[in-house]
Amino acid sequence: MDPLRQSASPCSSRPSSPKTPPCEMLGYVGIEAVLDQLKIKAMKMGFEFNIMVVGQSGLGKSTMLNTLFKSKVWKCTLPGLAMPTPQTLQLKSVTHVIEEKGVKLKLTVTDTPGFGDQINNDKCWNPILGYINEQYERYLQEEILITRQRHIPDTRVHCCVYFVPPTGHCLRPLDIEFLQRLCRTVNVVPVIARADSLTLEEREAFRRRIQHNLRTHCIEVYPQKCFDEDINDRILNSKIRDRIPFAVVGADRQHLVNGRCVLGRKTKWGIIEGQGRWTGPEVWLCLAVENMAHCEFPLLRDLLIRSHLQDLKDITHNVHYENYRVCRLNESHVLPHGPCWVNLAPTPPGPSVAPGPSKACTQAREDSDDN
Amino acid sequence: MLSPQTRLAPVSLHLLRSLSCLVKRVAEPEARTSAPRILLGLQHVVERGVAARVQAAGVSVALERVVSGPTATFAEGESCGLSPLTPAGGPHAIPPPTASARARRLTPLPGEANGPFQAGSHVALIKREGRRRGGSRCRCLRAGAGCWQSAAAREARGRRAGAGARARAGAAASVGGEHPGAAGVGAAAAMAVAVGRPSNEELRNLSLSGHVGFDSLPDQLVNKSTSQGFCFNILCVGETGIGKSTLMDTLFNTKFESDPATHNEPGVRLKARSYELQESNVRLKLTIVDTVGFGDQINKDDSYKPIVEYIDAQFEAYLQEELKIKRSLFNYHDTRIHACLYFIAPTGHSLKSLDLVTMKKLDSKVNIIPIIAKADTIAKNELHKFKSKIMSELVSNGVQIYQFPTDEETVAEINATMSVHLPFAVVGSTEEVKIGNKMAKARQYPWGVVQVENENHCDFVKLREMLIRVNMEDLREQTHTRHYELYRRCKLEEMGFKDTDPDSKPFSLQETYEAKRNEFLGELQKKEEEMRQMFVMRVKEKEAELKEAEKELHEKFDLLKRTHQEEKKKVEDKKKELEEEVNNFQKKKAAAQLLQSQAQQSGAQQTKKDKDKKN
Repeated sequence: MDPLRQSASPCSSRPSSPKTPPCEMLGYVGIEAVLDQLKIKAMKMGFEFNIMVVGQSGLGKSTMLNTLFKSKVWKCTLPGLAMPTPQTLQLKSVTHVIEEKGVKLKLTVTDTPGFGDQINNDKCWNPILGYINEQYERYLQEEILITRQRHIPDTRVHCCVYFVPPTGHCLRPLDIEFLQRLCRTVNVVPVIARADSLTLEEREAFRRRIQHNLRTHCIEVYPQKCFDEDINDRILNSKIRDRIPFAVVGADRQHLVNGRCVLGRKTKWGIIEGQGRWTGPEVWLCLAVENMAHCEFPLLRDLLIRSHLQDLKDITHNVHYENYRVCRLNESHVLPHGPCWVNLAPTPPGPSVAPGPSKACTQAREDSDDN
Repeated sequence: MLSPQTRLAPVSLHLLRSLSCLVKRVAEPEARTSAPRILLGLQHVVERGVAARVQAAGVSVALERVVSGPTATFAEGESCGLSPLTPAGGPHAIPPPTASARARRLTPLPGEANGPFQAGSHVALIKREGRRRGGSRCRCLRAGAGCWQSAAAREARGRRAGAGARARAGAAASVGGEHPGAAGVGAAAAMAVAVGRPSNEELRNLSLSGHVGFDSLPDQLVNKSTSQGFCFNILCVGETGIGKSTLMDTLFNTKFESDPATHNEPGVRLKARSYELQESNVRLKLTIVDTVGFGDQINKDDSYKPIVEYIDAQFEAYLQEELKIKRSLFNYHDTRIHACLYFIAPTGHSLKSLDLVTMKKLDSKVNIIPIIAKADTIAKNELHKFKSKIMSELVSNGVQIYQFPTDEETVAEINATMSVHLPFAVVGSTEEVKIGNKMAKARQYPWGVVQVENENHCDFVKLREMLIRVNMEDLREQTHTRHYELYRRCKLEEMGFKDTDPDSKPFSLQETYEAKRNEFLGELQKKEEEMRQMFVMRVKEKEAELKEAEKELHEKFDLLKRTHQEEKKKVEDKKKELEEEVNNFQKKKAAAQLLQSQAQQSGAQQTKKDKDKKN
């Protein structure tokens, strides 16, 4: 791993000062009221979350986003139309403000139509890396100003959800190349898309093979092992790591099943939600998204939103952004100024673990020069 | 891209309606001048109708008729007439259209390659997009086109907000007129503003149709902060013996180890001590900084200087950490002073000039909370007058003390009521006295008991509320966002950095920093050289001296040796003489003895002869 990552976990901190003597307090002082103060401040300021979905077209990315945030975050394209595939990879961002129980979340979703759709997909990750680094650069510029804003707007990508097509075999070379590059710059959560095309056994086998591939190529996906703070975290995260990549199915339609309104996909065959009985080919049966027996969408949702959202943001800020900053400040007196730096992808295309960030940067610069 | 089944059904009706209006308008010769606009309008309409296969035929016929007339050519022979508009071999090599529904390219007529159409289209599009952005409807399509227009406008805004322009770096070059598609224009507009930044108008509120679950976010944040622990640093400024340490002990309900200071300090110095407190699951790293010797000197001119230097030093340490290349801010032990408790002596009259001067120096660097110490020595009526006198003096001298925040509803009320009581009159005590049937912190006098936690006796409870229970987080935030930022700004400007206009030299900070660093390194090297040279010179001198000394020594040695030789010779000579003399003497002695013996012999012979004669 990078020598940078050998340092202490970035998210918790025991303040690094000389030993201070612990003091016994003889009565209630009221220090814990600071937690409430923090909460009030956070609710007033609102939260920001930026998520990026990467995958080939038709894997259900937009549907997944809509299902995740239970609203029309992105307009979906239904398959079957004569829609020409995009010739180049584009990135589209959409920002929404959603509120739930007084908590305001500014959600920015970035989609990447055209990824992996061309015949020659060489270096198709460059625009994505460029975008991610551009967000880091923007934040860095804001941070470096003399008179800076009170609250720097955070557009850095906190999480990248990578959709693996459900081939059932293993990760394709494109997936491996992309994941290798991306996992050093951003938190990557791979998911098996359209998992309803795999049976449970196939799913498990596919998952194991993917995990094996990730290990072989030293790809550290989120939650990264090196950032586990203590034993509880490690236990929790190991459970999650065991199930990664999640097999998800996206659905944004509600269907009526046994009198209940269920979010799911209705097909002509299939298993009744929860019961697993084949009741005849003419009956329309439903795959419920929220049902853990059908797909692992709840796991993904819990990971991304309910339990690890703040952790994602913290790791992005403390690790990925700092790595970028070190790279950038070390090279800044060599790099030209202006918009041309956007084309640099500072992550190395090396086959194995790269040596160090500065070497990575020079290598990346050479790459871009070749381009 | 609108999906066909659900969304175009009502749209296509509008499409047809609008198209019919359009066709009528364009067919009229007067409308020729506005042809470009309408054509483009048509083009967008065409986008919408791409998937509307049912109505396609009717639309395409009209389209072909209209469009092939004045300016552009569309591909013909399409059954629906609305599939990708491939160029009929125009002079510009235009790549096939992208998935973005808007990126269609119209081929200009050969005759009008760079003619008014190009410019007109570009201008028209800008205008159109501008209008759409403004939320108003496009004039040429007003007839019945409201519904799809606004829907499309919303989508247009959404699309344009994206990085479509960013990603197509190559296409951006030909914004001029070849890409009248909205995405192209979006690229132009976006570039004009700020490349690909999702602007604020893109924020729209979505309604959720179910429970997503991010209302646990504040809890996640709080959990993270709890595991990290909190830092709080208090600076106590006040004369010796005014009760600073006692008040700290009382505030935090514990005994911080310290010895009372003497009054003999030659100057003011600051003593910082850190403690770790834990309450339920909250860990607080508390640092208390004391001013030792404040107000004890005869000449108190420079009393405030060590305090200001200390505060600046903490800011500087943080700034250094922040400017480092390899930094670890999350692990950094924050020593910046969050709150300064200024202890005012309870004279009952007004502020001392030392207090005013010190507070004036500190008010832009730290949050000052003035408190009246040893308040049990002031009577109630005097206290009220004293407080108002202090506050008016502070205001008239322009001292900015810490204002409790009143913008947040939950705390506004309590903060407002408490600020009326500033400065707080406090009494500190760690001893417990039995009052009623329980023990309470109090001071026992012969004439009564002053209870620390009784609001009628003193404002200690208010101070504790304000300092710890309500505003601790705000104090920290003010320190970071106001005082530290001010310090940072001043320091960086002093070092010579500037925020130049955003277009030029965005990295001037780094550049100048590097330049300064190189300069500094150069100077350092020079100094080193100088020192080395001096050292060499000194060594040489010393060596020369030593050589001299050695030479002298040698000479001395030679001299001594010679003298020694001479002396030796003299001694030898003397010895010889002596021996000669001795020999002479011996000879003389021998001769004398011989003579004597001879004389004796002759005498003896004589007597013998005499004897013989007698006989």
